[in-house]
Amino acid sequence: MFDSILIANRGEIACRIIRTARAMGIRTIAVYSEADRGALHVDMASDAVEIGPAPSAESYLNQDAILAAIEETGAEAVHPGYGFLSENAGFAETLGNAGVTFIGPPINAINLMGDKIRSKLAAEEAGVPVVPGFADPVTSGAEAERIAADIGFPVMLKASAGGGGKGMRLVEEGGNVAEALASCISEAEASFGDGRVFIEKFITNPRHIEIQVLADAHGNVIHLGERECSIQRRHQKVVEEAPSPFVTEELRAEMGARAVALAEAVDYVSTGTVEFIADADRNFYFLEMNTRLQVEHPVTEFVTGLDLVEQMIRIAAGEELQITQSDVTMTGWAMESRVYAEDPVRGFLPAIGRLTRYKEPMSGVFGTDKSVRIDSGASEGDTISRFYDPMIAKLITYGENRDAAIAKMRRALDEFIIAGVTHNADFLAALMGHSRFQSGELTTNFIAEEFGDRFIPGDTTHPRPKILAAVAGVLNGILEARRAVIAPRSRDGLMAGRAPMKQDDQWVVILNHSHYPVRLAETNGDAVVVVGGERFTISGSWSPEQDLFSGAVNGEDICIQVDRTDNGFQFRHYGFLADIRILRPLAAEMLGRMPEKTDADTSNLVLSPMPGLVVSIDVSEGQEVRLGDKVAVIEAMKMENQLFAECDGAVAKIHCQPGESVDVDQVIMEFE
Amino acid sequence: MYEIIRQLEEQRARARAGGGRKRVDAQHGRGKLTARERIDLLFDPDSFEEWDMFVEHRSTDFGMEKKSVPGDGVVTGHGTINGRTVFVFSQDFTVFGGSLSETHAEKICKIMDQAMRVGAPVIGINDSGGARIQEGVSSLAGYGDVFQRNVMASGVVPQISMVMGPCAGGAVYSPATTDFIFMVKDTSYMFVTGPDVVRTVTHEEVTQEQLGGANTHTTKSGVADTAFDNDVDAIEQVRRFMDFLPSSNREMSPLMPTDDPAGREEPSLNTAIPENPNEPYEVREIVRKIIDEGDFFEIQESFARNMVIGYGRMEGATVGIVANNPNVLAGCLDIDSSVKAARFIRFCDCFNIPIVMLVDVPGFLPGTQQEYGGLIRHGAKLLYAFAEATVPKVTIITRKAYGGAYIVMGSKHLRGDVNYAWPSAEIAVMGSKGAVEIIFREDLDDAERIQEHEREYQEQFANPFRVGSRGHIDDVIMPHNTRFRICRALRMLKGKQQENPWKKHGNIPL
Repeated sequence: MFDSILIANRGEIACRIIRTARAMGIRTIAVYSEADRGALHVDMASDAVEIGPAPSAESYLNQDAILAAIEETGAEAVHPGYGFLSENAGFAETLGNAGVTFIGPPINAINLMGDKIRSKLAAEEAGVPVVPGFADPVTSGAEAERIAADIGFPVMLKASAGGGGKGMRLVEEGGNVAEALASCISEAEASFGDGRVFIEKFITNPRHIEIQVLADAHGNVIHLGERECSIQRRHQKVVEEAPSPFVTEELRAEMGARAVALAEAVDYVSTGTVEFIADADRNFYFLEMNTRLQVEHPVTEFVTGLDLVEQMIRIAAGEELQITQSDVTMTGWAMESRVYAEDPVRGFLPAIGRLTRYKEPMSGVFGTDKSVRIDSGASEGDTISRFYDPMIAKLITYGENRDAAIAKMRRALDEFIIAGVTHNADFLAALMGHSRFQSGELTTNFIAEEFGDRFIPGDTTHPRPKILAAVAGVLNGILEARRAVIAPRSRDGLMAGRAPMKQDDQWVVILNHSHYPVRLAETNGDAVVVVGGERFTISGSWSPEQDLFSGAVNGEDICIQVDRTDNGFQFRHYGFLADIRILRPLAAEMLGRMPEKTDADTSNLVLSPMPGLVVSIDVSEGQEVRLGDKVAVIEAMKMENQLFAECDGAVAKIHCQPGESVDVDQVIMEFE
Repeated sequence: MYEIIRQLEEQRARARAGGGRKRVDAQHGRGKLTARERIDLLFDPDSFEEWDMFVEHRSTDFGMEKKSVPGDGVVTGHGTINGRTVFVFSQDFTVFGGSLSETHAEKICKIMDQAMRVGAPVIGINDSGGARIQEGVSSLAGYGDVFQRNVMASGVVPQISMVMGPCAGGAVYSPATTDFIFMVKDTSYMFVTGPDVVRTVTHEEVTQEQLGGANTHTTKSGVADTAFDNDVDAIEQVRRFMDFLPSSNREMSPLMPTDDPAGREEPSLNTAIPENPNEPYEVREIVRKIIDEGDFFEIQESFARNMVIGYGRMEGATVGIVANNPNVLAGCLDIDSSVKAARFIRFCDCFNIPIVMLVDVPGFLPGTQQEYGGLIRHGAKLLYAFAEATVPKVTIITRKAYGGAYIVMGSKHLRGDVNYAWPSAEIAVMGSKGAVEIIFREDLDDAERIQEHEREYQEQFANPFRVGSRGHIDDVIMPHNTRFRICRALRMLKGKQQENPWKKHGNIPL
């Protein structure tokens, strides 16, 4: 076994690898960029070496710097994590030449599976089904009809140079292919100057299902069952689970066998993942093979009880697998949510900032239950910078079945406090509460179909707002009880008197503009609250410095995030964001009479959707633009974001120049 | 007897009706509450005792003898806010437009006198068209009487003005002499001369809102402290505000029970100061993390935003927070921020409220605008106010403390009781670049040497040790422990006794 391992990565995955390596008694060496000096993975490792400035290209992708760190520390092996250098065959080769073990697959396997066309051919050869299609461009209508009929409808015509929905034609039945092909070719020529068009089978309601494989250097290959990763947004996985609600015992065996066959065919060693796309009829097709540890590996670990990082290290050290296929079982259900620094309101654009509050869930993490696991590389006070992936943490929950895993996830998300950086935890909570998600009817289009392109926590509906009103009534009662005994202090024995206070029991809770009359009572220590005729018994303690109310309403456990605001509370529960005021009935009635103040009209302004750098301003003052014209480009988190005109009109004034940094909501230009 | 009681009820009903249904509806139509509704919301239920309900004006000119409403356009009395006595006057716009008559003024003076005798705050709710013109000079005399009492009460009991309608002409000087002015957006305005006069005299076209609306006074002039969306919000927030204040200068601030541990650590404060010394950060995050429960009542949030002031509590007792905000103008001192902090510190000192200063100040803002505007005089106010204050004073230097601004911002030299520095503190005469350009003028052409000098200067002063060695700070503390250190310092300072030499009063550079 290795004495020391260098982890050529950062964030949660570096921390996760360090945990296992430490448990195995291996010295761990972290590398870090200037921006990560105070990062958690640096603290956790036995040793740490700074390898360059913040940009990845100069640090985490800088092979020379990493090699120097290896030399300096005498590391015997390198675990690359995921991303960065994890699928870089050149890096693996360099390490090999330097006599250092790369904890991952052989170079050939990385190369072969890294090539879209060659990997598909290798899969076909190994008997793994691939999406039926015709690899050469098609020009003749008749030929297209014939090919389409061979593949089976529906088919998709795809322009070779296409993207973003342009240059694609869905054809549902025969006879229409020729016409669609002609228009597709002409559109492709007009849009991209490249008229090559391919035909492929169109998978309706596709699901993303992948098989985890494990192979040692002694020729043993097994699979660890599937993970379903259909909950995606812009091809980015958001929620993963194992097993899949879609996969039957037979299908699992079949997919597993194919994945193993492929791994064997390419002499695979280490952990790897064979990704498939499945259609509603449980046909599945090879997408690609990932030759690394996947982000979502913890769900497999939960249901199989194996530590994949440990397996990787042992395999890399030349050990033989201690388990056979028949030892592998999938017990219970695991679910993973990726918590990202991103803004769901602004179409999930990446967000950056300082984690002013960051408290991970506690229930189920410690003690004997251990049904909640958090893989995170962040701590309170850290800055989510524009240099790296905006994932803050992975939240993984486990239950005896899918419903139990979802319930744990909802609770864990309710407990997860993140502030200072906009994040998607509310969105994840709303997703977990979605009835279609709960039913397991998933496709890769789920988020687009059910949520569209953004999510506004304040606009969602809570299943039982009266519960929130009742809890708000109780918490306000606690604050009122303190106010009632606020104690004057004298300097000289003379002071204005203090009247004894009788606590009011009638209040009105205003929750996102809806009024709920509440009446407070108390019996045997539990609070009893009547909200609009409905009675709630609330137990649990809360003190005003706490940001979680954890208790029970009518015997049912509940956890609400409580943020005190100037005039009430902000509650978060189940992804629902509630602005709450609590007033005496008279004040509530009078508030109802106050005119609504509306925010200033910003419809003629182009605002920066995020903090970033102005890359270009594509219009000039006085220029007439049409709805949807590109007006500026903002770069943030290595992503260029185009801003479009939201109306027709002339540009009145431009407030920013290229190269300038802008804040979120900063005015970039005004229209007339 | 029965008849008298019947008449009493009738008189009360007349007084409560104010200016009558039509005028009350008009008041509501403007999005405003009536004088009595405001009082009902302000005080604890059933705690208000009205005085002088039957007072009527004595005017006989211009047919006024035929028009009279009991109460004469202002509702006065006392009640409690969370059990503590507060006096109030609330002008009734529905009665003679809330205009101030001789008797109207007498009512106000009466409760102010009583408030001073018992040591209870006065809240004035201003909603008045101005002087009662029919009364002429008598009305003006009334203003004078009120002003005199405002001044006498200043520093004795807290005086809070809620401008919830018009307040124009001489009338503005009553709120102006009180401690805090709160306004309501869109329905209140204050100015000495209105838009019509402005147009005649200076030919400026300006609306009431532009000239003296809540937005103007909370962002441009700094006359008002905070603007609220509507009457209900304003009153609810004033109730919350009063819980922070002692009732008079004979009292300490009241104690709010709390379970927030004094020893609560905040590890994230260790990374609150960015690595790059020129990178801004938000000081309110630090403020909220050190005070009880993060409950901060900010004053003048939108004015001179390079300085943050407001009230929080430490172990239940109110403290006044004064903090440079590096997020705005790098946290430098300028005219507005100096005056803002100076006035705040003086209020704290009047009413026995300890002061906690968070310092990150690169200096005074340079420029003709500042110098012509009298930065010297106004900056001196802050110095004067802090030096004069005898309440417990705790200062934390979080990062920069440069030059004169370092001295002014709560330094040991101005009788700071406990002065701490974070490890990130840089205490120096000026930033290294400027300093080196003066000390090593002869090397100015040699960029390399200048850089070397800068590094040297940085090493010498970009740490808290040099000042520590002189005793100008008492200790270097870890940021995560700041709350505990402040709490402990304030506990130690509880018995502080300090008196300034006898004088009639000092001569603060006004």
